[in-house]
Amino acid sequence: MAKITLNDLRHSYMPNPEKPADYALKRLDLEWKDGGAYALLGPSGCGKTTLLNIISGLLIPSHGQVLFGEQDVTRLPTDARNIAQVFQFPVVYDTMTVYDNLAFPLRNRGVPEAQVDQRVRTIAEMTDLTGMLKQRASGLTADGKQKISLGRGLVRENVNAIMFDEPLTVIDPHLKWLLRSKLKELHQKLGTTMIYVTHDQTEALTFADQVVVMKDGEVVQSGTPIELFEKPQHTFVGHFIGSPGMNIMPCTVSGGKVRVGESLIEVGNARVLYNFEGTFELGVRPEFTSFAASGLPVKVAKVTDTGRNKIVDTRLGDLSIKLLVENGAAIPSEGAHLAFDTAHSQVYDNGWLVD
Amino acid sequence: MNKTVNQKAWFFVLPVVILVAFNALIPLMTVVNYSMQETFGDNTFFWSGVRWFEQILQSDRFWASLGRQLFFTFTILFIEVPLGVAIALTMPKKGPWVSVCLVLMALPLLIPWNVVGAMWNIFALPDIGLLGKLLNSIGFDYNYTRQTGDAWFTLILMDVWHWTSLVVLLAYAGLVSIPDAYYQAALIDGASKWKIFRFIQLPKMKRVLTIAILLRFMDSFNIYTEPVVLTGGGPGNSTTLLSIDLVKIALGQFDLGPAAAMSLIYFLIILLTSWIFYTLMMRNEEQ
Amino acid sequence: MRVSKWLVPTLYILFLMLPIYWLVSMSFKTTNEILGGFSLFPQNFTTENYVKIFTDPTWYWGYINSLAYVSLNTIISVAAALPAAYAFSRYRFLGDKHLFFWLLTNRMAPAAVFALPFLQLYSSIGLFDSYLAVALAHTLFNVPLAVWILEGFMSGVPKELDETAYVDGHSFFGFFFKIFLPTIAAGIGVAIFFCFMFSWVELLLAKTLTSVEAKPIAAVMTRTSSTSGYELGLLAAAGSLTIIPGAIVIWFVRNYIAKGFALGRV
Repeated sequence: MAKITLNDLRHSYMPNPEKPADYALKRLDLEWKDGGAYALLGPSGCGKTTLLNIISGLLIPSHGQVLFGEQDVTRLPTDARNIAQVFQFPVVYDTMTVYDNLAFPLRNRGVPEAQVDQRVRTIAEMTDLTGMLKQRASGLTADGKQKISLGRGLVRENVNAIMFDEPLTVIDPHLKWLLRSKLKELHQKLGTTMIYVTHDQTEALTFADQVVVMKDGEVVQSGTPIELFEKPQHTFVGHFIGSPGMNIMPCTVSGGKVRVGESLIEVGNARVLYNFEGTFELGVRPEFTSFAASGLPVKVAKVTDTGRNKIVDTRLGDLSIKLLVENGAAIPSEGAHLAFDTAHSQVYDNGWLVD
Repeated sequence: MNKTVNQKAWFFVLPVVILVAFNALIPLMTVVNYSMQETFGDNTFFWSGVRWFEQILQSDRFWASLGRQLFFTFTILFIEVPLGVAIALTMPKKGPWVSVCLVLMALPLLIPWNVVGAMWNIFALPDIGLLGKLLNSIGFDYNYTRQTGDAWFTLILMDVWHWTSLVVLLAYAGLVSIPDAYYQAALIDGASKWKIFRFIQLPKMKRVLTIAILLRFMDSFNIYTEPVVLTGGGPGNSTTLLSIDLVKIALGQFDLGPAAAMSLIYFLIILLTSWIFYTLMMRNEEQ
Repeated sequence: MRVSKWLVPTLYILFLMLPIYWLVSMSFKTTNEILGGFSLFPQNFTTENYVKIFTDPTWYWGYINSLAYVSLNTIISVAAALPAAYAFSRYRFLGDKHLFFWLLTNRMAPAAVFALPFLQLYSSIGLFDSYLAVALAHTLFNVPLAVWILEGFMSGVPKELDETAYVDGHSFFGFFFKIFLPTIAAGIGVAIFFCFMFSWVELLLAKTLTSVEAKPIAAVMTRTSSTSGYELGLLAAAGSLTIIPGAIVIWFVRNYIAKGFALGRV
């Protein structure tokens, strides 16, 4: 067990990368504490699987270092890194029984059979596989097979980290929820560092203490779920996390004052704006947007009922601005105005939060 | 896939059934007919019952041919299957050279069988052939037209040359269908090369390998043209396989009755073994 | 590591190429040089053998005949196999499993067993010595193979495709020709390849069912040893030429060869 440090990490699949676009992974510096639950979140192709493969040793990065504790493991082969990984599609050894599948990583490392047996039974208990230990792995359903993969990941004691590469992709929705809470529970029980890769924000936010959001091979923000929600460092984070995503409006800044159209808006990061002049973006989450007597004049275009509350889609010219309204609250049909929660309204420059 | 029951589907298979029935059933009936009659070459036939069958089954000649056939079939299976798998395992999975490799490997499969025979006939000649000359120059007394052992060696080498690529192609197809995650998981689980082969590659290749063995088994039983052109069944009768013997009796001596009876016995052997294979395979697949 | 990766395949391909090299190199030698002694490369390089083949009608007609019946057979086999494979992949019907196995048994039928009955059958219906006779005879083993390969590819196409097409108002034939066949184009390519291959390499039946008009190249080749003594150079040239059509066909389907058999259900 050790903390994981990623030092100036870069990777390109091309032999001679030149421009930034040639890199699947651009400059990356991260530090992960021992025993934490981390999530790597981002759309497909953002480089998160590349990063995972670099950590597990399936790929050697073109540049930079991976440290486990103080040890540089960048060029160490996978089996010498003492890590475990669960893949997107269940990987089981078809010809073996469930028991032998779970025992496989231990037996390969020459663990005495008595200890193997004890460990396999403990893990089987945790992953609800006890009843199927004698069955052939090939006969199981997709979620059963994924539980075996999971079990194989957990079975070795003292691994540096367990990594999950979108492990719930092939699982039915109602079982997804069960397996997700199971994972969280296992993390609390075992205290092993877990790194969870996904493109699903719900999975990332419910599992992790710390979420790393990636886009085009770059980390756009790393923080707790609350930080990502309340203070997105990049409009991408604001848009990608939350449902519906953050409203982004063009705004003008002049003399420390922010205007959308003609309306003056109070923003949370106003004090750093004094020497900014020109056109920028204003980001406010629908959760922090409300109807008011005066403010930004908009037209109500559409109302969607989600059950718990209503999503109101309003228009400022062609621009859509969404807000959340409690059930039963009045929705003005004519002459609506919007107000924004000052602490949660921020100005972004070229996508990045002005800070 | 769940299929719907539809008896009208028979109309779809009808062209195939007619075509194959015409080619298979009528000749088969002719063979059955001959096998139970006796002719003296003037188009008059006499009923002879199962006499030809008894005669064939009691003749040393038939059992000798069958013995040679089985020896041939099992020898080439024991060489071609492991060799083919081994070569497929060493093939890189990606890259521009892979398809060039595959095309070159498939080349022997596309050469007409008599050309294969002729090619090896010349290639192995001790005085003017590359192989024959080479073996003699490094001290072997090699002459496949005179020495039985050399004839067998050449026959088997030719078949290995001709058909191993089929096993390679099939095994390779099985191997590339294994997702990368399996190899990565095995690395993480600390599996050795042997364990990767035993628990990942071999199980995934099982189906294609069964097909390979089945095809090689059937085709090696049917082999005729290549050995006839290569050795003509000689020296003496030493490389006379089952189908060579059959054609010798039927077309050479025009003994239609015994030839037909032998054809049927021969066909039954293939059918029975294939059926056993087929049912075993289906049972495996249902598991 | 880089070198050893290619070592085994390279050695194997060398082994495969040696006899072929010997054949091709011999085709550029004179018969005298071949019989005169051993030489690794042609000493008196000559194209005489090829000139002879391309100018003598019995020789080049042999090629035309072979290509004619092989093409005819490929068309018949694949055309008949398409609807049947569709039926096997989509429907359950009385005796379907047995029928499938029966079809496959014909793939196992030894040509030697059928040579003589075939001769009588095709003589009696007046097709002896025609392209059609050989093409039909070869369907015995090619149709089952084509059904087998195509069925494998068709089973890989989800049934929803059929249903969506019907919902969209396509007739069965409209769907089959305009949507379904393009979807399994790769499978048809593989089936064509294997039909071509097995019809091209087969000799026993082709030789038995022809005499003059439809005589295949392979049968013309056997003549060199009997009538005009041992014309080894000519034989080698003719043999080298028979490799070319196969090589061309395989180049076209190179990306699918491996897949072809693997997808077939047995």
